[in-house]
Amino acid sequence: MVRAASVLELHAVSKRFGATQALDGVSLALQEGEIHALVGENGAGKSTVVKILAGVHAPDSGEVRVGGTAVDIEGPAHARALGIAVIHQEPRLFPDLSVAENVFLEHQPRRRFGGIDWPAIQRSASLLFGDLDVSMPLDAPVRGLSMADQQLVEIARALSIEARVLVMDEPTASLSVHEVERLFAIVRRLRDRGVAVLFVSHRLAEVFELCDRASVLRDGRHVITAPIDTLTTTDLIRHMIGRDVRLFPKAPANLGDVVLDVRGLSRHDEFSDISFSIRAGEIVGLAGLVGAGRTEVARVLFGVSPPDAGEVRLAGEVVHFDSPSAALDAGIAYVPEDRHQDGLVLGFSISSNITLPILKRLFPRLVVRGSKERVLANQYATRLDVRMTDVEQLVGALSGGNQQKVVIARWLATRPRVLILDEPTRGIDIGAKVEVHRIVSELATTGLAILLISSDLPEVLAMSDRILVMHEGRLTAELSGDAATQERVMFAATGQHGLATG
Amino acid sequence: MKSLRELAARLARQREWSLVALILLLSFGVWLKAPQFLSAANLSQVAILAAIIAVAAIGEALVVITRNVDLSVDSTIGLVAYAVAELLRQHTLGVTGAIAFGICLGLVLGMINGGIITLFRVPSIVATLGTLSIYRGFAYLIAGGGQISLSDLPAEYIALARASVLGIPLYVVVAAVLTLMVSIYLRQTRFGRQVYAIGSNPEGAAVLGIRSRLVVFAVFAASGCLAGLAGVLWGAKYGTITAGAADGVVLLVIASAVVGGVNIFGGSGSVVGAVLGALFLGLVANGLTLSRLSQFWLQAIYGLVILVAVAADAAIVRRLLRASAERRRAITATEAPQP
Amino acid sequence: MTTPVEVDQSPRTAEASMTRPSRASAVSRLLRWESLLVLVLVVLIVGGARVSPVFATAQNFSNLTVATMEVGIMAMPMTLIIIAGEIDLSVESMLGLASAVLGFLWAAGVSLWIAIPVVLLMGAAGGLLNGLLVTRAGLPSLVVTLGTLALFRGLASVVLGPRAISNFPGEFTAFGFGNVPGTPVPWPLVVFVVLALALGTVLHLTWPGREVFAIGKNASAARYSGVRVARLKTCLFVLSGAVAAGAGIILTSRLSSARADAGQGLTLAVVTAVLLGGVDIFGGSGTLPGVVLAVFTLAILQNALRLADVSTQLQSIAVGLLLIVSVVVPHVVIRIRGGSR
Repeated sequence: MVRAASVLELHAVSKRFGATQALDGVSLALQEGEIHALVGENGAGKSTVVKILAGVHAPDSGEVRVGGTAVDIEGPAHARALGIAVIHQEPRLFPDLSVAENVFLEHQPRRRFGGIDWPAIQRSASLLFGDLDVSMPLDAPVRGLSMADQQLVEIARALSIEARVLVMDEPTASLSVHEVERLFAIVRRLRDRGVAVLFVSHRLAEVFELCDRASVLRDGRHVITAPIDTLTTTDLIRHMIGRDVRLFPKAPANLGDVVLDVRGLSRHDEFSDISFSIRAGEIVGLAGLVGAGRTEVARVLFGVSPPDAGEVRLAGEVVHFDSPSAALDAGIAYVPEDRHQDGLVLGFSISSNITLPILKRLFPRLVVRGSKERVLANQYATRLDVRMTDVEQLVGALSGGNQQKVVIARWLATRPRVLILDEPTRGIDIGAKVEVHRIVSELATTGLAILLISSDLPEVLAMSDRILVMHEGRLTAELSGDAATQERVMFAATGQHGLATG
Repeated sequence: MKSLRELAARLARQREWSLVALILLLSFGVWLKAPQFLSAANLSQVAILAAIIAVAAIGEALVVITRNVDLSVDSTIGLVAYAVAELLRQHTLGVTGAIAFGICLGLVLGMINGGIITLFRVPSIVATLGTLSIYRGFAYLIAGGGQISLSDLPAEYIALARASVLGIPLYVVVAAVLTLMVSIYLRQTRFGRQVYAIGSNPEGAAVLGIRSRLVVFAVFAASGCLAGLAGVLWGAKYGTITAGAADGVVLLVIASAVVGGVNIFGGSGSVVGAVLGALFLGLVANGLTLSRLSQFWLQAIYGLVILVAVAADAAIVRRLLRASAERRRAITATEAPQP
Repeated sequence: MTTPVEVDQSPRTAEASMTRPSRASAVSRLLRWESLLVLVLVVLIVGGARVSPVFATAQNFSNLTVATMEVGIMAMPMTLIIIAGEIDLSVESMLGLASAVLGFLWAAGVSLWIAIPVVLLMGAAGGLLNGLLVTRAGLPSLVVTLGTLALFRGLASVVLGPRAISNFPGEFTAFGFGNVPGTPVPWPLVVFVVLALALGTVLHLTWPGREVFAIGKNASAARYSGVRVARLKTCLFVLSGAVAAGAGIILTSRLSSARADAGQGLTLAVVTAVLLGGVDIFGGSGTLPGVVLAVFTLAILQNALRLADVSTQLQSIAVGLLLIVSVVVPHVVIRIRGGSR
């Protein structure tokens, strides 16, 4: 590691968000002309690194050095000016403007008399895409392009500003195999030209295929950086996880009859042929990487989107839901992934949030009686030990963990038969996390059938009676008992086979 | 890729060309019903009236492209028309001076709109709804219930409406020149592209460092200025001006933009389209008059036209997205399953 | 040692949650707005009394309310629509269409007992059109109701043309023009009060009203919570259309004349009343009593100005200014309080 050739460096960077230490003294160095992987579990600190490089956040301590000089990245425009280009998972282009224009927006070449030189834009765009060995409809509005093509436009844009560093954040999440190959060919060509590429990804197979070196983050700390050919998949996984499974309090439950039975469920472009069943009192974990299609399955079960094929049975009867309202009337509850956008009405009180789905049941004569509502809300809020001043407090004022408890309380109040939890402990601190686990475990003992969608491996392993693993829209494994190990789950989640059965 | 390119290019130009086709079709239909349609007198009448609306529609298009709306244009037109006519009647200003005054007044009114929206962060619908009645109120204030008639105005002013350049009515030339100038500006300058960028993706524009508030202020100022010019033209054309002049015209102006392909969500559409939209709607009105169909259908038709145009735009976008999703599916389906 | 889960908390949301009120003080915040309105109302009443001795008489009270009840009546459903995050610009045209159809039917010899329900149904149908275009076709309500603003007005002139139908029976016109026997209370005011009470109860005391607020604050979360968003929005538009038609009937009765251009310019007054009443144009907050106060404030303002010999058109300047000020002031207050959002 020759220090002088480091194009970009993080030196002892730390960053804290509220109660969470997202990064703790992380040091990384990117060299010219290399593809450098950044791997780690959800929550390891990868996206914080990306955001710091993109100029969205500033580090609390430590330095970012570009070309050996320490810099304070003041914002996204400054990052670009420094030669750092970030390709996000979701492209940030202008859908109504053409491909060529998007590439050169805000730095269009000008003609002698001040007007924009469109022919030059066409020529340069054509050259850029030719360099990437891609044919792109330069005049088409970006809106009609696939994710993969939009990504290429972003890469072309990075090239047009002569970026020295290209940060790619989970770039392959929405790409097909063919598109991934095309992307890799381009990235290799960029590397050969001296660009430093930071490749942030979960997909270990791709990391091995594409990258020169890899750095592993775990719990906000840097674990190791090494050339890729000195590492194996097992090594990487071990570095990423690196600890014993923590046993959460899970009480054994008596399993009852099958409550939820899913057969051959498919939805185009999202998932296909999903079949599983859950019994009363059972917790079934659904593991997989971001983009595997788990939330999409949950949305179909909850009536948000219709399936293209397949059958869902609730206590033996076939059901079709055309809306969440129908699903919850039938006894299905869904705690969404994004509690701010889909889970809570932040401007409402705890009490109003808890009673929102059951208002019709509570007050069949239309008029809301505040006392009845408060009593009920209090009941559930205290059962889940929500830290609040009282149920009239606005949920926006609560901590993440307590907000999540309010969401769970709300769904409990609907007295469901099936509870689907989508990343229930995302973004909440350890203490609250343990409590949520205790609650979920307790709920199972009351006879609820629970589907636990989670990217947190220890959580899934500890809480589930059985674990289903999805990869790119398909079920790749069903594990239980001794066969349910972290390695096996990770392998199945990253699409490797062979060790997946058990 | 080729089919996508074709589709895209076709869509981009579809609106303007299909409008031209529609205009020709409509003209043909009207001519069949009423041959006097093609007379020079009638054609120039239609063109002149359409030109006045077109000038205001250029400004409205600019505003809508940035994902805003200007509901106050007709009040601006009315206020400027009356103020200019009053100045001319009192012989306070000569014709040239009065015209300059009118345009500047429009500019000021537009800047007030822009200021309220950008400085105080008032949504444009609310701000222009408010200035709509404020400006109209001022018009009534200075009119004091009176009106200005043809005979009060200097002949040179009235003559403007009848003037022509090389056989083409002056108003049409003015509208055409403005359309050309604004189109070129929008296409050739970084600022012009920012107008589109802001409407297409406001957050993305902010991330890029575009000064959105400045751009929005500028387009409202421009819209006011153009509405002022339209007011000047209005006064010269109609001669008899009351404080209620041009009341309700905002609907026509917005309809012109919407029909012309300017997307209400911003980010796309052309000034040329808006002008063609104004011409189309002017033809519809003329057709109704000539074929002796009840005038009262006009408003209803304008309403239907807006609804159809917006629904069509939404449908086109949906079809585009579905087509690209299908392409992706086709590509994925032809790939071998992962090993 | 477990994974500290990554907190996706941008500085902006952290800051925002710190400046957000901690109690359910939406009520207390708006009470402050209503207190302001009451203050303004009192000032206006005092000022009005000073301006003219006629002001504080029963007759004047009757006059001023009579003239503004159509606006007030239409402002009631508009309040719910705006709180739900939409808007209905077509109300003035539906009013005109209702007047035109009523006149047309009456002139054709149809009994008013039949004509009035037909007109109300027509209003509901027009509202249904708006609702379906917004919820099913997914079009923005601003443009849809701009289109129906023109469409309904156009249909009104097709139906009635330039005619004015004026030979209505006395009993009918007594409703719009007269008072409840023995009191200075005009019938339209009774309608307004009944509607205000009904919708106020629904909005603030029943769970559908709670759902309206939920939709306005976060339609996605509302949907995930089982609220039938599309159905509720459509109902609101249907209500708005029917009420606008009712306002058209009342106006026709009051002026004893059915015209296709009835109600022109009223949309502005209605939206002004709603916004002045403290309802956020972006949806999610507001109170119906606030709008009621605003309706009266506007009515008294216009009445006082008229008594002071200020022309009606000059009043429109005042109304426009009031609209802008009512939106600017809260923003400025927030800025002064030091939290920049």
